[in-house]
Amino acid sequence: MITLKINKKVHQVDVEPDTPLLWVLRDTLGMTGTKFGCGINQCGSCTVHFNGLPIRSCSVPVSAAQDAEILTIEGLSPDRTHAVQQAWIEEDVPQCGYCQSGQIMAAAALLSQNPKPTDADIDVAMTNICRCGTYQRIRKAIHRAAELI
Amino acid sequence: METLNTSRRTFIKTMTLAGGGLMLGFHLPISSKFAEASTKEQAINAFIRIAKDGDIAVMVPSSEMGQGIYTALPMIVAEELEADWTKVRPEMAPLGKEFKNPAFYMQSTGGSTSVKAWWQPLSQAGATAREMLIAAAAKKWGVAATECEAKNGMVLHKGSGKKLGYGDLVESASKLQAPKNPAMKPKDQYRLIGKSVKRLDTPAKVDGSAVFGIDVRVPNMLYGSVKTSPVFGGEVASMNEAAAKALKGVKAVVPVPNGVVVVADSYWRAKKGVDALDIQFKDGKHANLSNESISKSFHQALENKGAIAHAGGDVAANLKVAKKTIEVEYEVPFLAHATMEPQNCTAFVTQDSCEIWSPTQGQDPAAFVISQLTGLPPEKIKINTTFLGGGFGRRFEQDFLIHAVLASKAVGQPVKVVWSREEDTQHDFYRPCSVSKFQIGLGTDGMPVAWNNRIVCPSILTRVLPQYVKNGIDPTSVEGANELPYGIPHQHIDYVMKDTGIPVGFWRSVGSSHNAFYVESAIDEAAHASNQDPYQFRRKLLDSQPRFRTVLDMVAKNSGWGKSLPKGHFQGIALAKSFGSIVGEVAEISITPEGQVQVHRVVCVIDCGSVVNPDTVVAQMESGIVFGLTATLNGTITINKGRVIESNFHDYKMMRMAETPKIDVEIVQNTEAPGGVGEPGTPPVAPAITNAIFAATGYRIRKLPVSIHDLKSA
Repeated sequence: MITLKINKKVHQVDVEPDTPLLWVLRDTLGMTGTKFGCGINQCGSCTVHFNGLPIRSCSVPVSAAQDAEILTIEGLSPDRTHAVQQAWIEEDVPQCGYCQSGQIMAAAALLSQNPKPTDADIDVAMTNICRCGTYQRIRKAIHRAAELI
Repeated sequence: METLNTSRRTFIKTMTLAGGGLMLGFHLPISSKFAEASTKEQAINAFIRIAKDGDIAVMVPSSEMGQGIYTALPMIVAEELEADWTKVRPEMAPLGKEFKNPAFYMQSTGGSTSVKAWWQPLSQAGATAREMLIAAAAKKWGVAATECEAKNGMVLHKGSGKKLGYGDLVESASKLQAPKNPAMKPKDQYRLIGKSVKRLDTPAKVDGSAVFGIDVRVPNMLYGSVKTSPVFGGEVASMNEAAAKALKGVKAVVPVPNGVVVVADSYWRAKKGVDALDIQFKDGKHANLSNESISKSFHQALENKGAIAHAGGDVAANLKVAKKTIEVEYEVPFLAHATMEPQNCTAFVTQDSCEIWSPTQGQDPAAFVISQLTGLPPEKIKINTTFLGGGFGRRFEQDFLIHAVLASKAVGQPVKVVWSREEDTQHDFYRPCSVSKFQIGLGTDGMPVAWNNRIVCPSILTRVLPQYVKNGIDPTSVEGANELPYGIPHQHIDYVMKDTGIPVGFWRSVGSSHNAFYVESAIDEAAHASNQDPYQFRRKLLDSQPRFRTVLDMVAKNSGWGKSLPKGHFQGIALAKSFGSIVGEVAEISITPEGQVQVHRVVCVIDCGSVVNPDTVVAQMESGIVFGLTATLNGTITINKGRVIESNFHDYKMMRMAETPKIDVEIVQNTEAPGGVGEPGTPPVAPAITNAIFAATGYRIRKLPVSIHDLKSA
């Protein structure tokens, strides 16, 4: 049994220790907001917070997540009131929406470290792939969220 | 009038899992946070259900893959229905003959058709329901229907001031005869259509609750992971089935075409099962294919005579007498779709039924394939369409569905099959590679008089919809090349169909994705050959094409064409019509000392006729441009020894935030018939970029992607 603390709640899971955190979230715990995109730490669809830092959960074995504070999209706010979510709604960012949980978690982590990021800061921090090409709106929404915080 | 079985909706079965996830039962809401309707809903026709409290569900027959159709189609219904927009919600239509896309006579989404094909039928559905609701109120009040009007979800009686909400009227209204020719609104009275409305699916897409195919969870569900032959058409030669089955959670190894699905109690265990198989394949007849061999055979095929796609005037004679002749060849590679959501499907097959949950662009093709695999008649097949994590044409195919259906059939339980990114990249139906050759004769004034163009390209429709291939022409291979807007008196455009053994399919903007690159590069070369400005040159050729000319003029103006630019910046222009819409784009680039192309800005103007939701049109242009930039700058699928070399995002590179330019979009305001918007943003990008590179360097890129060229020494 592995003990996980996710969105401030403790879970016991019976999985192989090398199982990526992503699949424990999705299959074992039914938290499907975190997405599978590449499995090799490339696209960022699976981004969650690990002790406040954005990590790609497809490439973190669940054993390494014990004792960590994990935050997923489901725990970002109970009612879409996090500034990033609000800004995403205001700018109508998502298209297909598949990558957006990861984008939002990456943006929330950026803003918690750097409350007024410049365009250059955004370029460095936001490396997640969006195949619909919503980058311009993501950029705008991050600046908007910075005003809302 | 047909009514839907509304009792289904009351069967929403939800079950909370350990982590607060939602188990979906008989009915699939668009978000795991959506509960069932607050009160019982009554169908008034196939597209509209109204609850007692006035909530309105609009059945959307098109799949939502990012293009905003879950908002645009309900807007069309709400407009004629005079609904209160805040009470309208989209719901994905089930399989049904009312939901066949009028553009294709099958339930499917593609070809940028949804708004143009559904505008009339959905307006009709809204207007019909509105008249029935008015008639019900008039009957109740004992007044003439002509004395009543519908407004914002209510029917009002002008004389007495009486009013009733739609929720109070729907039951009696649904029993009335539907009017055959309901009055439709004149366009100048639209309240909703033409105004930017926030997308209805955004809330579910910012909190993780939107249900994509990969998120489906049904009771007793198992998981499947796939491995198929790396060489197209290869077969399993050997595998260690026992090693896979010895692993914890692995339930079965199921043969599927060209490979296997390992079924387990979690995706990760299934994937480990695949790895344990140590599977070996017999390569089959395509094992010697390579990019080089394909490219060589295509260039050779340029010498063949093609099937005529368009012919007018006397090209041969006029090429002979032309003052100057340009002869050029272009080439593009195969491309993968790379939807962010890897291919997946969930199926539950029993003795006498099959239910699937699929992120599909093709409900009718899905039902057809299920029938073939199970022998079940259509009425025993149920298709739940989830959100699609990108489509771009990939999800018209049914290969992932076949895996899920065969796996479920084998184990007798629901199975969700999820492809790895590697499977997804290496087993696509690719955008065809192709080559195109031009001979352009310029007259004494420097303008083109003769245009001879031959395209060599694999056919998509021969496999998918052979009935549309006529006289040797696959229309999707020549679209964007055979109906030039330019006034060139003598034209001959022909097509050599050439199969390669590599599967090809619809890829965002299809034939226009390569033909716009070819045509708009060639016209640019002609402009430079006659020492004319590429914008003015195109403009002169558009004398009799006012809509094209307006787009071209606007994009030149908005981009500051011909004005001074920052040092080292250069512009390229391109214009293309696809899917009923005309798009002009100007790219502004610079080239670093290392030879890297930096795209600073893309200015876009679209004439797509009447617009439902302007912000969605802007979003689709932004999206189509980034999609096109990915292909132009880096996109290539390399075939070697019959297999695809690229496997994941480290070697099949996508545009990311830092490389994405500023994009400015303007929509031409008019009331012409609606055109498409999902695809037309993509075709002009490639030539706008390569034309700008020529302006910067004098080096003409005739083969994509840009990354294979050394621009450092150019």
